[in-house]
Amino acid sequence: MRETPLPVIAVIVLLLAVLPLLTTSNVTLNFLTFAIIITLAAQGWNLLGGYGGQFSFGHAAFFGTGAYAMALLQVRLGINPWLALPIAAALGGVVGWAVGYLSFRAKLRGSYFALVTLAFAEVFRILANAWGFTGGAAGILIPLRIDIANFQFADKRLLYWLALAIVAAALLLTHSIGRSRFGAHLVAVRENEDAAKALGVDVLAVKLKAITLSGALTAISGCLYAQKFLYIDASIAYGPWISVEALLAPIIGGLGTVLGPLVGAVALLGLGELTKQALQNFAGGALPGIDLMLYGVLLIICVAFAPKGIMGIVARLRSAKTGGAA
Amino acid sequence: MSEPLLKVTNLTKRFGGLVAVKNASFDVATGSITGLIGPNGAGKTTAFTLIAGFETPTEGRVMFEGADITDMPTHLRAARGIARTFQIVQPFAGLSVRENIAVGAYLRHSARKDALAKASAVGEKVGLGAMLDQQASTLTVAGRKRLELARALATEPKLLLLDEVLAGLNPSEIRDMIPIIRAIREGGVTILMVEHVMQAVMSLCEDIHVLAQGEIIAQGNPGEVARNPRVVEAYLGHGAAERMQAMGAAHA
Repeated sequence: MRETPLPVIAVIVLLLAVLPLLTTSNVTLNFLTFAIIITLAAQGWNLLGGYGGQFSFGHAAFFGTGAYAMALLQVRLGINPWLALPIAAALGGVVGWAVGYLSFRAKLRGSYFALVTLAFAEVFRILANAWGFTGGAAGILIPLRIDIANFQFADKRLLYWLALAIVAAALLLTHSIGRSRFGAHLVAVRENEDAAKALGVDVLAVKLKAITLSGALTAISGCLYAQKFLYIDASIAYGPWISVEALLAPIIGGLGTVLGPLVGAVALLGLGELTKQALQNFAGGALPGIDLMLYGVLLIICVAFAPKGIMGIVARLRSAKTGGAA
Repeated sequence: MSEPLLKVTNLTKRFGGLVAVKNASFDVATGSITGLIGPNGAGKTTAFTLIAGFETPTEGRVMFEGADITDMPTHLRAARGIARTFQIVQPFAGLSVRENIAVGAYLRHSARKDALAKASAVGEKVGLGAMLDQQASTLTVAGRKRLELARALATEPKLLLLDEVLAGLNPSEIRDMIPIIRAIREGGVTILMVEHVMQAVMSLCEDIHVLAQGEIIAQGNPGEVARNPRVVEAYLGHGAAERMQAMGAAHA
């Protein structure tokens, strides 16, 4: 896989950073913020699924843990949200490690691993829905107290920039992992576990490291979600929707690439949003769920015609243009 | 003679009712090229997987440099200096040839720069110098066999287990490969090879162990092994040695 050079990453992040200065539309800003938050969850997924080849259907377990930890630490324990964020990220990592330890120790791979992660996420959802501490079915509301010290911003662009800065850090992290021993081991494990073992790769340790990092990144995404909407319940935080978004974005953007999750999330959510609005304009009424139908169609097209996603198409076009070998 | 690098004693492996390896004992002398041969289904590859740690034996011990490694996980054996190649070559797709080799080199070099430099050097050694930047998936079968060899070699092993690295190659490709294997040994790596290509085994190995139906039936230098009636029978069937002797007498 040809790596994305750092300057390209820098330019894309800068472009995204100036976007809110060019428009005053609240809808656009909300969309961008949401897309960036989803990107972070997708980056977490991509590290484990794209680089490590371990496809999870249950990243909601990490997203929800981040979101609930962020809310509960503030509301129930009175901890400042700036401090709650790293704690929530660490908890996401712990949940990731635990899920990984249980399933990778048992040598679960492929669809078995996917199903187990799905089951973990569902268990978390049911527990959060039933337990009084998490607010049960009523969910949990973070009181509105706008103050930078309180992680709530009068200028909504600040949350966007903050989220974008975290995404940029995740891009750099992914880029450097791609150029490290850990990254090489991850790809080796993805491609052939036995060959990796024979070359001295501790397969279990590599997978555990990946799922721990993945869990922490996705948990931060949950934290930002909680701070943006100030309300979560079990089906938002631990619902299958986020597991699906987290895996669709990298698959459509390009598995195991640095920019794949970002490109995929923006493309996916952008198309979903445009379809919804177009239908509203032409058909008069909203058609709930139409974006999900569109996702389905996109996924089929992508798997059938562009298994390397949008980044794969870009790479193909570029090599065709320069005439060089891919 | 000094302590053998690898010492296998009374190795047995059962898969349910099938006994793949039966009470096999053999040594691999430090600095040698040792061959493990035998007809199809003799248990050669199983013996390999036991030595490399992909399976644990039902009975028996595997000693490496005097230490018992019978129950050691594969990746730790690699760290100790045992590397293996696979009969079915599978390069890591999505990585270049150099990056493929570097996965092995990372075992002793944690920095990317060092690992890639080591990978390039090993790639040159096995004749992949011109292909280092290619995608590994574009290599031919002969190229993939070399890549398999290079990846294992990049872990800087003391003992290299070669599982049919010559299988599937044409005669001229085999001729190209033999000096490479010899050069690896000259570089101080002990080699244990499973091989079907007899011409290569006879010219490379100084010591050969013959497995048939899971048991070691003969041991010696290539000449001794080739003349051993039990070996001839294992390959050609019961009574073959006698018939051949009779035919030889008739011709004389």
